[in-house]
Amino acid sequence: MTPNGWIQTALFCAVVLALVKPLGWYMTRVFTGERTPLSPVIGPVERGLYRAAGIDERHEQTWLGYGLAMLAFHGLGFLLLYAVLRLQDVLPLNPMVQSAVAPDLAFNTAASFVTNTNWQNYGGESTLSYLSQMLGLTHQNFLSAATGIALAVALIRGFARASARTVGSFWVDLTRCTLYVLLPICVVYALFLVSQGMPQTLSAYIDATTLEGAKQTIAVGPVASQVAIKMLGTNGGGFFNANAAHPFENPTALSNFVQIVSIFALGAALTNVFGRMVGDERQGWAILATMGVLFLAGVAVTYASEASGSSVLNGLGLTGGNMEGKEVRFGIVASALFAVVTTAASCGAVNAMHDSFTALGGLIPLINMQLGEIIVGGVGAGLYGMLVFVVVAIFVAGLMVGRTPEYLGKKIEAREVKMAMLAILCLPLMMLGGTALATVLPAGLAGPANAGPHGFSEILYALTSAAANNGSAFGGLSGNTPFYNSLLALGMLVGRFFVIIPALAIAGSLAAKKRVPASAGTFPTHGGLFVGLLVGVILIVGGLTFFPSLALGPVVEHLAGAAGQTFATGG
Amino acid sequence: MLNQLRPALVLLVALTAVTGLAYPLAVTGIAGAVFPAKAAGSLIERDGKVVGSSLIGQGFTGEGYFHGRPSATTAADPADASKTVPAPYNAANSMGSNLGPTSAALAERVKGDLDALRAENPGRPVPVDLVTTSGSGLDPDISPEAALFQVPRVAKARSLPEDTLRDLVAGQIQGRTLGLLGEPRVNVLALNLALDDLAKR
Repeated sequence: MTPNGWIQTALFCAVVLALVKPLGWYMTRVFTGERTPLSPVIGPVERGLYRAAGIDERHEQTWLGYGLAMLAFHGLGFLLLYAVLRLQDVLPLNPMVQSAVAPDLAFNTAASFVTNTNWQNYGGESTLSYLSQMLGLTHQNFLSAATGIALAVALIRGFARASARTVGSFWVDLTRCTLYVLLPICVVYALFLVSQGMPQTLSAYIDATTLEGAKQTIAVGPVASQVAIKMLGTNGGGFFNANAAHPFENPTALSNFVQIVSIFALGAALTNVFGRMVGDERQGWAILATMGVLFLAGVAVTYASEASGSSVLNGLGLTGGNMEGKEVRFGIVASALFAVVTTAASCGAVNAMHDSFTALGGLIPLINMQLGEIIVGGVGAGLYGMLVFVVVAIFVAGLMVGRTPEYLGKKIEAREVKMAMLAILCLPLMMLGGTALATVLPAGLAGPANAGPHGFSEILYALTSAAANNGSAFGGLSGNTPFYNSLLALGMLVGRFFVIIPALAIAGSLAAKKRVPASAGTFPTHGGLFVGLLVGVILIVGGLTFFPSLALGPVVEHLAGAAGQTFATGG
Repeated sequence: MLNQLRPALVLLVALTAVTGLAYPLAVTGIAGAVFPAKAAGSLIERDGKVVGSSLIGQGFTGEGYFHGRPSATTAADPADASKTVPAPYNAANSMGSNLGPTSAALAERVKGDLDALRAENPGRPVPVDLVTTSGSGLDPDISPEAALFQVPRVAKARSLPEDTLRDLVAGQIQGRTLGLLGEPRVNVLALNLALDDLAKR
């Protein structure tokens, strides 16, 4: 570890923190329907859309109506994406003559993008046409991100309102988020990325003759427009197979820095939206502080582990940390930081191959996802995931002092706690249940590329990433098989919707409650004590659930590596 | 749920058109006008022919060129399309090795490369980036130490003084962005183009 490494990390945190208030202010205005600086331009487009769709802007939905609207929209989006992928060979903008995507891979990819997972079983430049990248993936990147934010806003309204039946209109939240927040930022952002060297062209791949006379086919395409929303919307599905490690998908150290900032920007700002909408910004900062504590702990472990390198390679006389799977322009710290950020949020973009990380360096990304990506998290998804934990933490605090727990003047009762536990339990069911299934079936055991405990980690990482809707991978796993395509798609769908529906149900039941005035006995939820309690609850719930699985993978591998043991495949 | 279908359908079609077509096409148009060379892939031409992209690494193997890092990219096996064969710096199929920290295959590969490099330049520590594959398999850069490590070999193959080459390398080092971000590096293709120019003079 070097001082420069910590300065890069500190600079990152400072920039994200500086963005929280302005973005929070802007997004609050967007979602409460107030005028914004962009209203004169976008307002007419927005109202035209509502007229064409038969939407009354002022008509709000109950939590159930909101949820059904979301499901209808996603169902149709899924069909559209599946159709584009299956038909890409006959559709235009296919200069490299890519053939139609196979049914199981198209199913997996459609599930992956609709759920904001963006797991990459497809090969990017070797599988998809430009039309599939744009119309298929770029547009789902926008809409799944907008949906995540809309749902978080609906849950915030649940906390903010009292004696109300409705939690907002899904159609209005979706449209506003896309038009006012995501699209304007992405246009500027994409052009910045091109200025750093990212291609943005519809031309076919380029044939170059290298200095030594060999032929090199260089894949290009409309990269920047997709990468902008891929990062901002915490989608993470790459244009290229190597994702943000590819020099075209992340050309410079500066583009790398802006990319990690943009992963956290909206998710962090949503905590401020939360604070503003419930009428006390300190509540938002307390949530963000909890995220910050967990985040910095993760960075410290991964950075330290990657900087000290792999015991096995160090034993051969190598120094300088673990550079296998990392790019020289980023080096150790920017790769470690990216890995922690991308798994803390549900982004899943990678600028280095997590599969080649040291055992403990790869442990943190796994834990981040297993906790449900509540450290800033996916845009929206992180906040509603964290609020679910808040409900449980408040309940635990209530048990300790023997009072009915309250949060922001709302009594937390049996229904909320049941729904919160349902949301929390469905993730380990898919992550651990799926891993158990894959480690006993031949089709599952055929997947890992590495032998020994690392092979187990590859399977665990895949199921974890899918259910957590992250999308990063220990890429050695051969996931493009009917078995994994189907299992992982199921994991993604359960991991997305079985968290969303309970979270919406909590929003509905909270919105209907009366507000209890604060009294001397009310537990303050904006101070250090609450932050500590929340961190503790998250670590205890996550630790008890996942420690055994981590012990079988990364922990065993770390100990074996320290003893100099290696594992050969096929032996 | 039926009354949700009209808004769902209309919004899906309209927002798809905006975000999936209008947005990428608009960005393509503006980028092509403002940053034409970068939008096209930062291509480098020599004598009217494209020799590569300044952002994409190439697999140099000759003694007289500076080498990039090992690359784990593959291509379809010409004999059997269902299999793949190693094809370093295949810029149409980016990937890393995905070998884990306790992989025997990784340890063997690194050991082999280390032995070869130690024989080439005995007594100097081998920079870690010269024996590890990058995440993309297309890393255009090596560390300044990795470039300097190769100076004796290139000097011998080109019959040039080592000091001249060390100066050449020094002139190609890019520092951290703003003095802070990323790591110092040398672009291998740019270095080798400069080397060819030097040799011509």
